[in-house]
Amino acid sequence: MANVLLIAEHDGTNLNPSTAKSVACAANIEGAEVHVLVLAADAAGVAAEASRLDSVAKVLTVSNPANENALAAVLAPQIVALADGYDYVFGPSTTFGKDLMPRVAAMLGVNQISDIMSVEGSHTFKRPVYAGNAIVTVNAPEGHTVVATVRTASYRAVGSDNAAPVEAVDPGVELPTHTRFVELQTGQSDRPDLQTAARVVSGGRALGSSESFDIIYALADKLAAGVGASRAAVDAGYVPNDMQVGQTGKIIAPDLYLAIGISGAIQHLTGIKDAGTIVAINKDEEAPIFEVADIGLVADLFDAVPELTEALD
Amino acid sequence: MEKILVGLKRAVDYNVRVRVKSDGSGVETDGVKMSINPFDEIALEEALRIRERGEASEVIVLSIGPGDAQQQLRTGLAMGADRAILVEADAALDALDRARVFKAIVDREGVELVVLGKQAIDDDNNQTGQMLAAVWDRPQATFASEVAIDGNTARVTREVDAGLETIEVDLPAVITADLRLNDPRYVKLPDIMKAKKKPLDTLALADLGIEASPAIEETHFAPPEARQKGIMVDDVSGLVTALKDKGLI
Repeated sequence: MANVLLIAEHDGTNLNPSTAKSVACAANIEGAEVHVLVLAADAAGVAAEASRLDSVAKVLTVSNPANENALAAVLAPQIVALADGYDYVFGPSTTFGKDLMPRVAAMLGVNQISDIMSVEGSHTFKRPVYAGNAIVTVNAPEGHTVVATVRTASYRAVGSDNAAPVEAVDPGVELPTHTRFVELQTGQSDRPDLQTAARVVSGGRALGSSESFDIIYALADKLAAGVGASRAAVDAGYVPNDMQVGQTGKIIAPDLYLAIGISGAIQHLTGIKDAGTIVAINKDEEAPIFEVADIGLVADLFDAVPELTEALD
Repeated sequence: MEKILVGLKRAVDYNVRVRVKSDGSGVETDGVKMSINPFDEIALEEALRIRERGEASEVIVLSIGPGDAQQQLRTGLAMGADRAILVEADAALDALDRARVFKAIVDREGVELVVLGKQAIDDDNNQTGQMLAAVWDRPQATFASEVAIDGNTARVTREVDAGLETIEVDLPAVITADLRLNDPRYVKLPDIMKAKKKPLDTLALADLGIEASPAIEETHFAPPEARQKGIMVDDVSGLVTALKDKGLI
């Protein structure tokens, strides 16, 4: 038996898809019994969603107004108190998990394995380093809790035909007040979420301006695709930070990825290496993006993109 | 506040195309350009700006690693840090041990703010700042894109998957820098000369009395699986045909 405590990511109302992908990873541990922990102001709705996930044996809930916003300093002591008896404590490698899980690991006195891309044994995992230029096999020390984050792009979400029992628990710990949520500014969009969309269209520095991104949005809307961007395009202020794809942005695995005017720096490529089909449109035939593209087109994007959008009618 | 502590990790330069050694024991570092981890440079720039606004009086840079890391500390001093500390240790030290080193220096120096890069571009771990905040039992504000100090609190805007989150933390605290926090300054030649005269203390890991954490063992390095060579199309209609052939549209 190997007990896994998996920390659910959610926005207070809905479970984030990163959770179902992390369950898929946890279920790969031999003999794993996966418990999902939902920490929320009111955990009921999210817990009901989590209980439907296949491979989940139990859902634990902590409802506390202090958990309204996911503050690592507030959540970590509750997780540590509830981690007793678990062999593994997992979270997704999203900004939520990246912020939270190392705090949990340190409080438990262990190191953390970041970005698990495959489970090789009870304590053996593979993870990417050097922006994905190398894959390292690591052994976690036996006899200690394994704390890890899951590289969600490496996993497909488990199904949702389950009805796992839900149990309210009380961590019984005092929570710090030294960290306070102020606000969240989110780019409201009706487009598919970048991290879960089956198709993604991304624009790079070659777009040249915020206004020029309109042709990317038009193509994306025609394909019902999410929209991403290279670091260069975000740095230049063409689009907001939450659209960045790559080593330090979002790691995604859509079925179809269109890289428009993106040169293909290694830091970008690591964010898309699990994409099904990569299409590149770039004026520069020497651009490194063509080394990884399944379909490449050397063309001026300002001609090719509107033409492609029209051709998809 | 008095002192800000900044971590500078010696890492393979951002522009180096890293190659895995043929025996799988690690990546090639012989003759490879080493630099300050880019996120740490951003962290240092932010600390310098806080000091220059008069909100802190001293910026200390700390590196944990081999003796060669003195080069990165000298660069940090040339950027404007007041003094440097090198804690000599194995380059592969785990993050929790690094966090405990930072904590030991925080205690020695009476540091009120620690600014670190959000991750090192070699191990891509993204852990040390959060772990330091845990062992210090203080707030953490990770992935910062904006920092404002107001007396005993800091207001930090964070780059999160959903957008931009703002939190307020009481000091002392740990902040980790994301890409868009600032553009680090360039070092000028006279600053490099001046930096040679600034103090750089070297400590051995053993001097700090740190308990070693249970280590994660790296057993084998491999290059990533290469994608199959793709096709080039001549025009947009060729692209549409190729996408249709693959059943993607």
